[in-house]
Amino acid sequence: MFAELRNLRQNVFTSKFIQVGRRLAQALPSVFGVILISFILTRALPGDPAVYFAGDMADKESIEQVRVALGLDRGWVEQFFIYVGNLANGDWGMSLSTGRPVTEELLDRLPASLELTLLGLGLAVLIAVPLGVLAATRPNSWLDHLCRLLVTAGVSLPTFFTGLFLVYIFYYLLGWSPSPLGRLDILYLSPPPVTGFYSLDSLLAGDQETFWASLAQLVLPAITLALFALAPIARMTRAAMLGALVSDFVRTARANGLSRSVVLSTYAFRNAALPVLTTLGMVFSFLLGANVLVEKVFSWPGIGSFAIEALVASDYAAVQGFVLAMALLFVCVNLAIDVILTLIDPRVGLD
Amino acid sequence: MGRHLKHFRYVMGENSVTVFAFSLFALIVFLAILGPWITPYDPLATNAANTLQPPSLRNFFGTDHLGRDVFSRVIAATRLDLGIAVSAVSISFVIGSALGCSAGFWGGWTDRIVGRFSDTIMAFPLFVLAMGIVAAMGNTVENIIYATAIINLPFYARVARAETSVRRGAGYVDAARLSGSGDVRILASQIFPNILPPMMVQVSLNMGWAILNAAGLSFIGLGVRPPEAEWGIMVAEGANYIVSGEWWLAIFPGAALMLAVFCFNLLGDGLRDLVDPLRRT
Repeated sequence: MFAELRNLRQNVFTSKFIQVGRRLAQALPSVFGVILISFILTRALPGDPAVYFAGDMADKESIEQVRVALGLDRGWVEQFFIYVGNLANGDWGMSLSTGRPVTEELLDRLPASLELTLLGLGLAVLIAVPLGVLAATRPNSWLDHLCRLLVTAGVSLPTFFTGLFLVYIFYYLLGWSPSPLGRLDILYLSPPPVTGFYSLDSLLAGDQETFWASLAQLVLPAITLALFALAPIARMTRAAMLGALVSDFVRTARANGLSRSVVLSTYAFRNAALPVLTTLGMVFSFLLGANVLVEKVFSWPGIGSFAIEALVASDYAAVQGFVLAMALLFVCVNLAIDVILTLIDPRVGLD
Repeated sequence: MGRHLKHFRYVMGENSVTVFAFSLFALIVFLAILGPWITPYDPLATNAANTLQPPSLRNFFGTDHLGRDVFSRVIAATRLDLGIAVSAVSISFVIGSALGCSAGFWGGWTDRIVGRFSDTIMAFPLFVLAMGIVAAMGNTVENIIYATAIINLPFYARVARAETSVRRGAGYVDAARLSGSGDVRILASQIFPNILPPMMVQVSLNMGWAILNAAGLSFIGLGVRPPEAEWGIMVAEGANYIVSGEWWLAIFPGAALMLAVFCFNLLGDGLRDLVDPLRRT
């Protein structure tokens, strides 16, 4: 009996392992597709791409150099392989506006954007999931109506508008928040970089004052992002909970006399969590886009601001590097979510 | 037809929110068509003697940093914003339904290629992809439309594919085939009219998002060029004045944008109730 159980466990473990491996392999076509589109975008420039990538100040010689470096003098297929090879070597081109490699520029700014995006997403989850659960357990209560209102209003709000509105209220009218310019007030020095997240780094350095200052800068942009992300998460949580609550297993659990909280948390919520987790991937993708707008509103020195500056300066290598980086990040996030789903869903791997 | 009208009236009577959405929609279309003729001032006329004035009876929404009337500009912008969204959505609707219908009807390789294509687009954060497309094709209003159309394509292709593949073996399709119709004819005259209702729901749910997307692109300085009146660019211009308290420059165009998107989202929900009563929440 016990041996059998152990055997079953072993089987579940190996089959989960295979599932995760299969899922990792399934991500490869996405990565290929993303790189292909990114390749097409860098070659779709009207006129001669070499001229664009060399910049306005380039003479004939440097244009020729760029042409050879990008492989523009060869066939399409060969060009694609050169492009992939360059990417794999970390050569994503030079940013014309700053004169540094695009990868360096992106990596320097990525922590600022991630700190903001993750805090925004975390806030949204903390508010939206309980709201969705409560709305589903009390249909047609005021909470349910509030949830529905938030869901419809939330998807209609332009992020840049919400951000400006919050700035007007909390900076200009109430004076509660610091001026919406960057990650840290100029009075403070940035903490020694460890993670690149100012709030964490200042804590690690034991500098409470800087920690509060960086948090004060973070609050408004993070709330802006959270307001935007709230709607889809709350909508999905509510729908998934409603679905779980009318299911057979919840009825059985109730009929067996389990307490309300056990039924809700162990039976209903754990099943409802799976579609919510899937939605988080989509929400993250929206957030990466919204991030660009929020960074502009709050002069946040992240990769979004970098991309906007590059767009204005016609710095094509930088823009396409940004697009590619975001897409690869998104593929990784989706993959991570799928792996987590495979690991926590008891039904996966038992077949 | 009478039955549909009755159902329409029933849903409207049930749901006052949908009535509100339809009225708002009518107002937006009205402003988009007649906007340029009913503005109290010329939306482009500057007036150096009357800059940054707060809302008053003379200028309902105040004036901007060049003394232009914000109210007139907000109204005049309706046409451009709606125009961009309608063109983009029409393009994705036409191409998306063609791709989705063929994928759902023929299956096999067509299905696989279309599916892979949609997946690849969906693998990008969509707003970011739109930025990349505009950067690659050039910074013009037309390219904003194409970029918005491309990032919305997968949604239409998916709905069309799903709706077509469940109807592929329907009785009326067999009947049409027996009476001698070819595949393309069946698709166009039998299947497409039948998948139109769910596609229309998709259109109106998508329209709000297309408006938001286009306004977001012009907010970061793509597409529409000043002094043209457009909601996104007006918010961007007004953003600098928010910190000094001149809120009306950014808030009014932002609110107009929000109201338009809100209207289309409500409309989409209402249309879905009309088309698909089972999914009413």
